[in-house]
Amino acid sequence: MRTLVLPTERLVEMLRTMWRIRAFEEKAEELYSLGKVHGTMHLSIGQEAVATGVCAALRPDDYILSTHRGHGHCIAKGGDVRRMMAEFLGKETGYCRGRGGSMHIADLKTGNLGANGIVGGGLPIATGVGLGIKMRGLDRVCVAFFGDGAANEGAFHESLNLAAIWGLPVVFVCENNQYAMSMPVQRSMRIAQIADRACAYGIPGRTVDGMDVLAVYEAAWEAVERARTGGGPTLLECVTYRYRGHSRSDRQRYRTREEVEAWRTRDPIARLESLLLSQGTLTENDLHQVRAEVRAEIEEAVRFAEESPEPDPAQLLEDVYA
Amino acid sequence: MTRELSYAEAIREALRQAMRQDERVFLLGEDIGVYGGAFGVTDGLLEEFGPERVRDTPISEAAITGCAIGAALVGMRPVLEIQFMDFITLCMEQLVLQAAKIRYMFGGGAQVPLVVRTPAGAGTGAAAQHSESLEGWFVHVPGLKVVAPSTPADAKGLLLASIRDPNPVIFVEHKLLYRTRGPVPEEPYELPVGQAEVKRGGRDVTVVATSAMVPKALQAAERLTEEGISVEVIDPRTLRPLDTETILTSVRKTGRVVVVYEAVRTLGIGAEIAARIAESDAFYHLQAPIVRLGGAECPIPYNRRLERAAVPQEEDIVEAVRQVMRA
Repeated sequence: MRTLVLPTERLVEMLRTMWRIRAFEEKAEELYSLGKVHGTMHLSIGQEAVATGVCAALRPDDYILSTHRGHGHCIAKGGDVRRMMAEFLGKETGYCRGRGGSMHIADLKTGNLGANGIVGGGLPIATGVGLGIKMRGLDRVCVAFFGDGAANEGAFHESLNLAAIWGLPVVFVCENNQYAMSMPVQRSMRIAQIADRACAYGIPGRTVDGMDVLAVYEAAWEAVERARTGGGPTLLECVTYRYRGHSRSDRQRYRTREEVEAWRTRDPIARLESLLLSQGTLTENDLHQVRAEVRAEIEEAVRFAEESPEPDPAQLLEDVYA
Repeated sequence: MTRELSYAEAIREALRQAMRQDERVFLLGEDIGVYGGAFGVTDGLLEEFGPERVRDTPISEAAITGCAIGAALVGMRPVLEIQFMDFITLCMEQLVLQAAKIRYMFGGGAQVPLVVRTPAGAGTGAAAQHSESLEGWFVHVPGLKVVAPSTPADAKGLLLASIRDPNPVIFVEHKLLYRTRGPVPEEPYELPVGQAEVKRGGRDVTVVATSAMVPKALQAAERLTEEGISVEVIDPRTLRPLDTETILTSVRKTGRVVVVYEAVRTLGIGAEIAARIAESDAFYHLQAPIVRLGGAECPIPYNRRLERAAVPQEEDIVEAVRQVMRA
């Protein structure tokens, strides 16, 4: 396997993206606690390396299909945190004009074809995006993000098979965060690695450490290049962990505090930071500056969102049809 | 030039013309290639357009529906065939939660120009899992359009319009209509989605009939002329959006209404039509209660006599019209 040598600025950009995701979600959590959010949210804190590493391997004109836990995907694909925050607060200036909320953010300009409230719901759509790319003779790639829970949906099996037989340029990225809501992956399937399922469809499957952004990037790059050059789909499993509960209603009775703490010691952001420090690429001061800049961006996003207008109920029926 | 075609041939001609006009249009579905589709509708299209654009799929209804949605999102114009409308139950998540909602949910930024063609209806002895008329389920979903033509000419014009429509359209074909024949213009043309048609003018009673009930209503109307009853037959042609005004105009004139549809009577499209009449000013013109004829409250049975009894027949329409005339 080849090792990718990345220029320093790409590594710093990955760090910045992971920080942006975390800061966005920590702020989202704070706004929720303050009672400023109408709906629910699903936080991906702890999983930032997957979204960041995968999207770093994509071009701006490539596509992604995201999940209910999709803030990170949107940010990593180049989404604007101001419009995300506005959507989160249900404002007219949000990505979905306040019609979608956290769970349905889409940003067609950056190729983000949408988060999805249905587990596995984006997988069949990804095959169609791949088919469209192929029929139009484009050299783009579509990434379908999904979780370990979705790997037990019929849509997963149908979609991988369809992409396999037609050789579609789709990379199926499983974010195995250990739990489908409360159901541990060990109790929901009898295989050790979800990537093992790839052999059932005759496609490559690979499991990587989803807490290591460089490992994710390297594996995603290989799968994306394969897809782009006509080699068909790949199933890439990224083993990761969500530090927070499934959603705001989660009392987390299904796991121990010790387990959460153990995963936190493998934190993807801390890991990349120590690498950059040990290489002498960045100093503590530089790191401090990256964090401060990202936090300022998020504060600006909150200001933008809070100052934005609410949607007008007179426009309730707009955009049901094109 | 206009000549006679069967309903199936008219649909095939629409598909062929759409594919010739627009290279983004392609077909996908189970056994639509060499086999020509379970009812032969796509016969010969593989030879003209090849396997990329007449795409046989595995038996994976959920995935191929999502596949059509995804292709539509990136600029293609997919026409998906679901072999029997019964099997559309396996596509519900993708159609109802994805296709119908993507545009609205994303704040208007996306569109899903997709057509799902599917044969519905009883009368072929295929029993409970191959005879459903589920169009009402989709009429209940904002974001979808539902089209159900009853003649070859309507089928062609409405299919061409549906393929050009930027929204997801459920295009309901009736198995018993595939072999019916009628005049069809040769050149490509579109009929407006959302426009009913008065299939036969009349003074005394309005019969609103959908899909395969339209020819039955027309035959019933013919028989009733012998009794001196003049029946107006209206085919909504599109169930969502529903052209209420054409129906109300007729009811204001006749003052008597029979609504006929094949789907199970409870909560079917006829319930909606009856409700729209009842809540409009046309109500004041009614001289008799509205009569609704719909499918029996049971699964479609196999036996020929039982199957016939499960859906409205010509004699049922005749009797219903006599009933509203007596009132």
